[in-house]
Amino acid sequence: MLEIIFISTLNGILYGMLLFLMASGLTVIFSMMGVLNLAHASFYMLGAFFGFELTRRLGFWPALVLAPVLVGLVGMAVERYGLRRVHSHGHVAELLFTFGLTFVIKEVVEMVWGKLPADYRIPTSLDFPAFTLFSTNYPAFRLFVLLISIAIFVALLLVIKKTRVGLVVQAALTHPGMVGMLGHNVDRVFMLVFGVGVGLAAVAGVIAGPILITQSNMAGLLGPILFVVVVVGGLGSLGGALAASLLIGLVQTFAVAFNVSLADLFGSSAVGAVLSVWLSDIWRVTVAQVAPILPYLLLVLILIFRPRGLMGTRDT
Amino acid sequence: MTQARTIDLPGRAVARPAGWKRYAVWIALAAILLLLPYVFGSRLALSTMSLMGTMIIFALSYNMLLGQTGLLSFGHAVFFGLGGFCAVHILNMAGAGGWPIPLPLFPLVGGLGGLFFGVLFGAVATRRAGTAFAMITLGIGELVVSSALILRRFFGGEEGITTDRTDVMGFLGYGFGPQIQVYYLIAAWCFLSIAAMYGITRTPFGRIANAVRDNPQRTAFIGYDTSRVRFISFSLSGLFAGVAGGLSVINFEIVNAAQMGAVESGTVVLMTYIGGVGNFAGPIIGAILITWLQLILSDATQIWPLYVGLLFIGMVMFAPGGIAGLLAMQAPVLAARQLHRVLPWYLLAAVPGIVAVIGLSILIETTHQFSIRAAYGPDLTLYYIPFSVTSPLPWITGLVLAAAGTWLFLRAARLARDAYDEAVAAGREG
Repeated sequence: MLEIIFISTLNGILYGMLLFLMASGLTVIFSMMGVLNLAHASFYMLGAFFGFELTRRLGFWPALVLAPVLVGLVGMAVERYGLRRVHSHGHVAELLFTFGLTFVIKEVVEMVWGKLPADYRIPTSLDFPAFTLFSTNYPAFRLFVLLISIAIFVALLLVIKKTRVGLVVQAALTHPGMVGMLGHNVDRVFMLVFGVGVGLAAVAGVIAGPILITQSNMAGLLGPILFVVVVVGGLGSLGGALAASLLIGLVQTFAVAFNVSLADLFGSSAVGAVLSVWLSDIWRVTVAQVAPILPYLLLVLILIFRPRGLMGTRDT
Repeated sequence: MTQARTIDLPGRAVARPAGWKRYAVWIALAAILLLLPYVFGSRLALSTMSLMGTMIIFALSYNMLLGQTGLLSFGHAVFFGLGGFCAVHILNMAGAGGWPIPLPLFPLVGGLGGLFFGVLFGAVATRRAGTAFAMITLGIGELVVSSALILRRFFGGEEGITTDRTDVMGFLGYGFGPQIQVYYLIAAWCFLSIAAMYGITRTPFGRIANAVRDNPQRTAFIGYDTSRVRFISFSLSGLFAGVAGGLSVINFEIVNAAQMGAVESGTVVLMTYIGGVGNFAGPIIGAILITWLQLILSDATQIWPLYVGLLFIGMVMFAPGGIAGLLAMQAPVLAARQLHRVLPWYLLAAVPGIVAVIGLSILIETTHQFSIRAAYGPDLTLYYIPFSVTSPLPWITGLVLAAAGTWLFLRAARLARDAYDEAVAAGREG
């Protein structure tokens, strides 16, 4: 039991940090430009596939650096020539634009890499068990992923809080007009933030690709959960995004680890006899089977009881 | 059909045509629906038109949200699917129990199912607007689809639930076995739904929904509860999506959880937007066009969704009014009898446009053959010309055609725009 709890906690934090790598970019882009980038998970997928392709040609370490940079450049081009153009048509048009982008990116990935999972493997230099706890070997690569995401989180925090660029970004979050008046090129800041944001998602893609499956439906699977994270955390709040990422990561991994159903809980009691008739469909469903629903259930509950999210400061 | 977004300027208001002329559009629509099977009588055409009819209702119901109320929903297929599941279960029960409900009423069952879930989910979703609303609908969509795999009794797991439409009572002697009878059933419901949804846009409620779309703050200020208006719109749109779902059940005799999924929800967004959200007829055009494109493109290429996606992005970027918006733009030119002045410019722009599309498709298909279909060999036949994708020639041809076509198109489009502006100005003077 202790083993399950320990390993699940570690996996949950890992998954949560991966989510945060994406959610942080998403939420900063949102609070800055007011655009919820529906294609964010698609850039994550692009990162995974670029990482896969570059790993095949150059090796994992160059890929880890190059793939996010490439995706970041793609993101900047999208912002400069697409999003900025649509901006004048209003928010709905911007949302629709990023929505259309999810379609196009998915199809381009299928056009180049196909629909089957790519053979993206853990690099051999990291393919060994890091430590053994009780009877489980914990892979070094997972530990590496965890460390990378924490390192990026710390670096991001330092950049935003301590540097001049970070100050401009913070100021542009709330007062874009004023920042422009002071002589900063707000458009360029937006473009940069968009590029860095999707670049972070691509980092998540490169390092998560070997653990999760690198396939053309990965964006579709992860995207909705990502939006749950930013809504639950509070749109535009970095701290909220971190809390919600970890929460969802832990909830998902713990739910998968437990094989308990209503039948096990109420099995032989009198209540059980009544419930088994009325809830016949969900009577034998285990918590593990319910795991995919939990984030969305959480989303609906949060919206009913705390519409602005965990740490959100404003209603949209 | 008149534009839902027109603002009647004082002094320019046109007097309503009297008598039958007011209903000319409706009579024409009914006549077209009645006569279509005589023009396109093949089995394939009939089933395509049946599908189009269903999709028209679905897209129009979506436009009640996006176009009329300004709500961007990413989970609209949920109501289509849930309406379908309600209809299929009642259909099976009615068939087994011999209930005296004639088949043509079952879309209404689907509609009531859609309405029920519209009320249920609307109570949660419509408390917010804008981006948060879009996220909630996305979440609800995922919630329902992932529940579908758990609640197998109701949703039938992955294979879905089948039925037989001839098991229940017929109507006026029709058993609804042959596709032609199903077509007329769908056509009748399509006509009714179009009329009903158009009617809703003309009611005071429809107008207030438009006001909520354009300026929610001001609408709240004059005493309307904006979230209640959104809620009513959402529920009604669930009702019509459910009708479409019920019709789909009658047409295909099967419904499964995939029909509620993100792909289906995405398709209705594409249809509605490409057709045009600012115009009542837009979604009708979109539904017909996209259904037809799906049919012909899926025969021609495996990666047809890429083309539809690019078309969508192009629309969002360059023609936010959709196809209906582009057509409606020609109304003042037509009224001023200046069409002869703009038409040559449109044709001039169309030629490089088509060249650019051909170039792009060469690039896309060549890449596809090169990377994915490499196992089938490097030979590809495109536009009746066989070539090998390993030689640089097709790549260069595609690139040159696409680049030159785009550049010329943009230049010609600018000229066409100038000609249009001139024609409109000339019409205003004359």
